[in-house]
Amino acid sequence: MNKPLLETRRLRKNFGALVATDTVDFSVHAGETHAVIGPNGAGKTTFIKQLSGELRPDAGQIHFAGEDITRLAWPKRSHRGLARSFQITSIYRDFSALDNVALAVQAHAGHSFRFWHPARADEALTGPAFQFLRQVNLHERANTLAAELSHGEQRQLEIAMVLATRPRLMLLDEPVAGMGTDESQRMIEFLGSLRGNTTMVLVEHDMDAVFTLADRISVLVYGRIIATGTPAEIRANAEVRAAYLGEDL
Amino acid sequence: MNSRNWITIALLLLLAAVPPLAAWLDQPFYLDLLRRVMIFAIAAISLNLILGYGGMVSFGHAAYLGIGAYAVGVLGYYGIYNGWLQWGVAIGASALVALAIGSVSVRTSGIYFIMITLAFTQMLYYLGISIEEYGGDDGMRLKVRSQFSGLIDLNDPTAFYYLVLVLLALTLLLVHRLVNSRFGLALQAARSNEARTRAIGLAPYPYRLAAFTIAGAICGLAGALLVNHTAYLTPDFMNWTRSGELMFMVILGGIATASGPLLGAAAFLLLEDLLQGWSVLPKWVTEHWQLYLGVILVLAVLYAKRGLAGLLPGKNE
Amino acid sequence: MNLVLIAEQTLNGLQLGVMLFLLAAGLTLVFGIMNLVNLAHGALYMVGAYLATFFFQQTGSYALAVLLGLGGTLLVGVATELVVLRTLYERDHLDQVLATFSLILIFNELIAILWGRSAIFSTIPDYLGGRVEIAGGLSYPLYRLVIIGVGLGTALLLWYVVARTRLGMLIRAGASNRAMVAALGINIRLLYTVVFGFGAALAGLAGLLAGPIYSVQPGMGELILIQVFVVIVIGGIGSIRGALAGALIVGMVDTLGRAFLKPVLATVISAPAADAAGPALASMLIYLLMAVVLAFRPSGLFPAAR
Repeated sequence: MNKPLLETRRLRKNFGALVATDTVDFSVHAGETHAVIGPNGAGKTTFIKQLSGELRPDAGQIHFAGEDITRLAWPKRSHRGLARSFQITSIYRDFSALDNVALAVQAHAGHSFRFWHPARADEALTGPAFQFLRQVNLHERANTLAAELSHGEQRQLEIAMVLATRPRLMLLDEPVAGMGTDESQRMIEFLGSLRGNTTMVLVEHDMDAVFTLADRISVLVYGRIIATGTPAEIRANAEVRAAYLGEDL
Repeated sequence: MNSRNWITIALLLLLAAVPPLAAWLDQPFYLDLLRRVMIFAIAAISLNLILGYGGMVSFGHAAYLGIGAYAVGVLGYYGIYNGWLQWGVAIGASALVALAIGSVSVRTSGIYFIMITLAFTQMLYYLGISIEEYGGDDGMRLKVRSQFSGLIDLNDPTAFYYLVLVLLALTLLLVHRLVNSRFGLALQAARSNEARTRAIGLAPYPYRLAAFTIAGAICGLAGALLVNHTAYLTPDFMNWTRSGELMFMVILGGIATASGPLLGAAAFLLLEDLLQGWSVLPKWVTEHWQLYLGVILVLAVLYAKRGLAGLLPGKNE
Repeated sequence: MNLVLIAEQTLNGLQLGVMLFLLAAGLTLVFGIMNLVNLAHGALYMVGAYLATFFFQQTGSYALAVLLGLGGTLLVGVATELVVLRTLYERDHLDQVLATFSLILIFNELIAILWGRSAIFSTIPDYLGGRVEIAGGLSYPLYRLVIIGVGLGTALLLWYVVARTRLGMLIRAGASNRAMVAALGINIRLLYTVVFGFGAALAGLAGLLAGPIYSVQPGMGELILIQVFVVIVIGGIGSIRGALAGALIVGMVDTLGRAFLKPVLATVISAPAADAAGPALASMLIYLLMAVVLAFRPSGLFPAAR
């Protein structure tokens, strides 16, 4: 299939005089792992927010699986199969790890207008939730309060929640940010295991992760994509090197 | 069942023991006082649903006390004393108004939500004042209490007391099931982390609106009970200061706990009562009791964050 | 219904509007910059009215009464900010609502202790009394024209301060990005106190102006406060321009509604029905307006840019 799964056409977003996203054409194919890199302030998170639906672009279009989702509300995009993890871990701190994932399962199990039966005793929710925790190796911490998990565990939890929404495409905003070497390694390995089966858009600073995981890389500088290509092509690209000004490539 | 639930049950049993105790001590006053506490507890529980669990700081909740009360009062004014009908209308009308107000307000948040709910309540208050037919500013008496075709006589203080107690227990049960159901968890999730909730595919609005409506309906029932209790009805039932008092009951008792609103209602009303009438206190206190109430409340807000329920053992729901 | 009556009510609407603006301007800044819900704002309005009335009675000099009234309210406001409100900036809205709600109880009762529960009589000096002939046979009270003048003058002054001075720049910056202003090393606490004091003085001004026209009694603040909230919601939180627009709109709609809704209704429905429904509907008018505005603009008409 040559048609991309996710595509933006001439996407633009301004914040006053600041052009955060400057006429961006971007595409991701099914099964691909596509990394978005760029210096700080390039507008990577703003870009992700527009893809997931948290921000409305000022101009341009976003197409997902052949559908124009530019004006589609955030929760609805999740139901189309677009899932998102946040740069700053965003989980339910006052719920247990299991509750967290169960909520994600619940969100995709029809409506939540069930008023009587305790959700925590609902096998249809807790069963799959536990499996997802197992997948990220957090099952032994199922009953721990999310606030009491370590930073790395919380990020794993977030990934579990993302997986629980059974996405067709995952938008991962700096998944290994703030992790120690061991934890990063494990996360990179884990994401590697998802490659091919799930489509991923990865915003990252950690070049180790990027070059291990990415099929293609797009470089975002001042809101514009200055280059897209395979890791080898990007490594060799002079403009990219200049943009990073000698940063670790 | 965790220890918090046992405490709630213990409190209910304690309340059940009051009528015989009051009769034995020949102090019918306590029957009256605690019945009032229980009625406000029902209202506070309904507020706790949206405020404590839902995170919606509604400053207009007293509106539904008013609507419930006026439903009974107005129907009674036209000679309709059937309790089933009156209370049915009280609940139904409150639900409808809550739905209407909620549909506009729930989309907002933060300071906007607080002020909008406040404004709508005042609107109803002014509406109540301007209708001369039903007493306007002064309100009107309830000449006949709600009739339940011989099943129960609300003029019998003890019977009425136990009815309120049963309704309180049912409310506690209902809200308990509600907050732990899928609906309740969705509501709590939206309060806990709204961005994450949208990201996993849950739009908060429908659940918040539903909770707002349910809370309004329950409070409407409390209003119907209140007007039967006082046998008098004024627009003051829906004054914004009433809303503030309800919020105090919720916070004094402990937000998002089962027994919190009950403890809070008891604490608040008993405190009010004591400051006004306790013979031990000097006149310069009882005459200006609102000053001392204000000071105590400010200190409570600033320094007693988790409320009375926070002092009890066991974990939160 | 004739032109003179309409003109008179329009001026009344304008007068109510500027009073609401004086109250709304301070409050909306406090909402926008400090993210503080302050229900006790009406109490400062009350304090202004009482102090001015008291000092005028004691000294016989209106100018002195105005000065002392404003100064006194400013002092009370700043004291409240330092003692109670500072601790509330970090707290969530619920705590702020409840704490400031308690402050209302305290203030009302303190006033009752000092001056009793019944309304006190507030007068204006002779040189502000009497009526003025305006074109078309309309004679309007001078004092109300003075209020309109003072209100509009204050609006101009506020515009100047916010748009042209450094303090104003800090206020605008603070309204749209609190953290940034703090990060720039500006003494945020001092800025907050200044902003609050500003608002308190404006409230006091509104109070002393209102004294002679409205009833001066404990609880007078809360009567007008709800309308101020409606103004802020319609105008947009944190925006002085919004406060002015909202205040004028609410002032006009409320006054004209109360004056003319009943007779207008009577042309379409029967007189007794209009008699019953008119006042009720008129009192609900501004809230319905608020609901309509919110349906189309959830953040108000001129929200502070974020």
